[in-house]
Amino acid sequence: MSTNRRPDPEQLLRQLQAEEQFYRRGRLKIFLGYAGGVGKSFRMLDEARRRRERGEDVVVGAIQPKVSQEVEALLQRMTVIPQRHIDGVPTMDVEAILRRHPQVCVVDGLAYDNPPGSAHPKRWQDVEHLMASGISVIATVNLQHIEERRAQVERITGKQVTETVPESFLRNADEIEIVDAPPDFCLQRTSAGLQTNGSGSGRSLPQQLSELREIALLLAADVVDYQLEAYLVRHGIEQLWGAHERILVCLTPYADAAKVIASGRRNADRFHGELFVAYLNRPDLTPEEKILLERNLAEAREANARIQALDGEDPARTIMSFARAHGITQIFVINRMHNHWWDRIYGRPLDHLIRAADNIDVRVFPA
Amino acid sequence: MSESSHRGTLKIFLGYAAGVGKTYQMLDEAYKLKCEGVDIVLGYFEPHGRKDTIAKAAGLEVIPRRQIEYRGAMFGETDVEAILRRHPQVCVIDEFAHTNIPGSQHAKRWEDVQDLLRAGIDVLTTMNVQHLESLNDQVWQFTGIRVRETIPDWVVKQADEVVMVDLPPQALLNRLMRGVVYTPEKARQAMENFFKESTLVALRELAIRQTAHEVDIRHSVQNEMEAMGPGDARLEVRSGPGPPSSECILILITEDPSSAALIRRGRRVADYLQAACLAVCVLRDGSLQEIPASQREAVEKHMQFARNLQIEPSVLQGEDVAQTLVDFARSHKVTQIFIARPQQKKWPVVFGHGLVERVVRLAHDIQVTIVAERRRSQKEL
Repeated sequence: MSTNRRPDPEQLLRQLQAEEQFYRRGRLKIFLGYAGGVGKSFRMLDEARRRRERGEDVVVGAIQPKVSQEVEALLQRMTVIPQRHIDGVPTMDVEAILRRHPQVCVVDGLAYDNPPGSAHPKRWQDVEHLMASGISVIATVNLQHIEERRAQVERITGKQVTETVPESFLRNADEIEIVDAPPDFCLQRTSAGLQTNGSGSGRSLPQQLSELREIALLLAADVVDYQLEAYLVRHGIEQLWGAHERILVCLTPYADAAKVIASGRRNADRFHGELFVAYLNRPDLTPEEKILLERNLAEAREANARIQALDGEDPARTIMSFARAHGITQIFVINRMHNHWWDRIYGRPLDHLIRAADNIDVRVFPA
Repeated sequence: MSESSHRGTLKIFLGYAAGVGKTYQMLDEAYKLKCEGVDIVLGYFEPHGRKDTIAKAAGLEVIPRRQIEYRGAMFGETDVEAILRRHPQVCVIDEFAHTNIPGSQHAKRWEDVQDLLRAGIDVLTTMNVQHLESLNDQVWQFTGIRVRETIPDWVVKQADEVVMVDLPPQALLNRLMRGVVYTPEKARQAMENFFKESTLVALRELAIRQTAHEVDIRHSVQNEMEAMGPGDARLEVRSGPGPPSSECILILITEDPSSAALIRRGRRVADYLQAACLAVCVLRDGSLQEIPASQREAVEKHMQFARNLQIEPSVLQGEDVAQTLVDFARSHKVTQIFIARPQQKKWPVVFGHGLVERVVRLAHDIQVTIVAERRRSQKEL
């Protein structure tokens, strides 16, 4: 008996670290595609293969029932945890994966609805379970299954989708990777045709796919933008620039802003950017000015702008500090021509704004 | 016979940094095409010593590079003549933005590619988003690097397909650390400069948005053609400002270095708004011969730059720059004037007397965009 043997602190530490490692939350990587046939499953399994070649312990937890020859060839070389059946319906065997406890689990089709009687109603919830147990997951999802984009996609394809994943699940993934290919590529591989029923927008299939492709790319850009902001906050980095356009329309109670707001909306849409509308709080407005400001604000709400009332003595400085804080790239203002003695000597607020706006474009609109 | 009816198609694999897998994916496609029986050759391929990529190229016919001597050293460039003689269906040309060694037929590789396309050869090529001319200033802001090898936007617009080759930055950094992309020494340098995670994330977002834009302009054209009914279904985003738009942008060119950024910005906005784009330079005598040589060279450089971006510049005669500019704008139905924002110290003390302020006052019926100089603005708190 070796009762007098004291535990080796080095060994204890190693054990603790191993345990920590074991129970640490797994990482999630999602391959996002805009339609079936774009090659998500292949890319995911190709990554699984490479990880295995680098010595990681990888298993396949779930795969689509119908796969291409290429995917089949990759699957041959992987460890597959057989699905289990509930009342004849196949579903990912979460218990078996947890028992096997690999480093990485491959999960195809995140949006899948589990049959009644499963631990979780949705497959993406199974994935959360695996990650909470310290298993990393690489998964795929199609644009049409993102809850928040569903209506938009349905208008294009005319096809109803019931199985969905919340967009927040995508945003909070450790990594997303967009799988991009031209529509022709998907069509050659035929399965894409199954996702639309020819009605919807009434456009041709390649056109519909092209529209879905654009939405998927913009969704990916939004997720990346969200992650960039999170990264900057985490690392305490202040960055004035952004990779996308943010337009700020400045309202006054003196001029009708309908055209400027409409132009702001159109420009924001063209650049796939954001539209902000700001105005200065003024206590001394006449009834007419109040009405005009209200009308302008109604236009801004109609245009789906982010509206902000600002407080500050100096209009130019107040607007600039708001613009800087929100990463604005273009400021839209109205050029109201008036000839006040004060302005001739001290400059108009517009002149001050133009002079103050270094690093931001200013677009001056006729009144 | 019109050349364009035989024109080859151009497909660009767009990435955001070295090592994301552009060449690999392009070669993968080339290999698949070959298996389908397509006559395809490698016209130029840059393996960078990457094992996976080299393996992908095996089995593809290679057109040897043309050796050009420059300052006592030999450089291999695309042998356009040899490719034209061989005349395959498809040719793979890596690194679209490359600048050829002096003594080559064209200064730029994208010009070599134009020759191949005109001869009816399809081309697959690769580029990074930072090589797009109109993004030059923005990329400089992100990275602190002035990208010298740029491609005019209209050349990219000509492409029949732009495909995004994506890889999360963290995965790219892992590759870098494993020595897949560069030698360890070079990788360390790269990670201190260009390959900072925040930089990569921003470039990636730029590349994704650019791809979305490329998809958007192509299907907008397609939608219009479908609406017009059957006919030539081939994409025609090739020339001009695209579908008719009532917008017209006018850029004021001066000898000031800010003109380059102004031209890029104006071009980019015009492309996004599908607007026409003009440029003018206003001189007192209306002649470039009458101004000092240094000033003339700068103006000519900016005018040439505008032409490269398919903006035809005019020289106007006028004592009063603001008045001449606004008059021209009005007579040419310009909707937006683009002028550069002067440096802080160049603003006049009295309000309303600077060029910008005068243009804004005179152009009371035309929009005026004052384009700010993009400066590096990242700072660690």
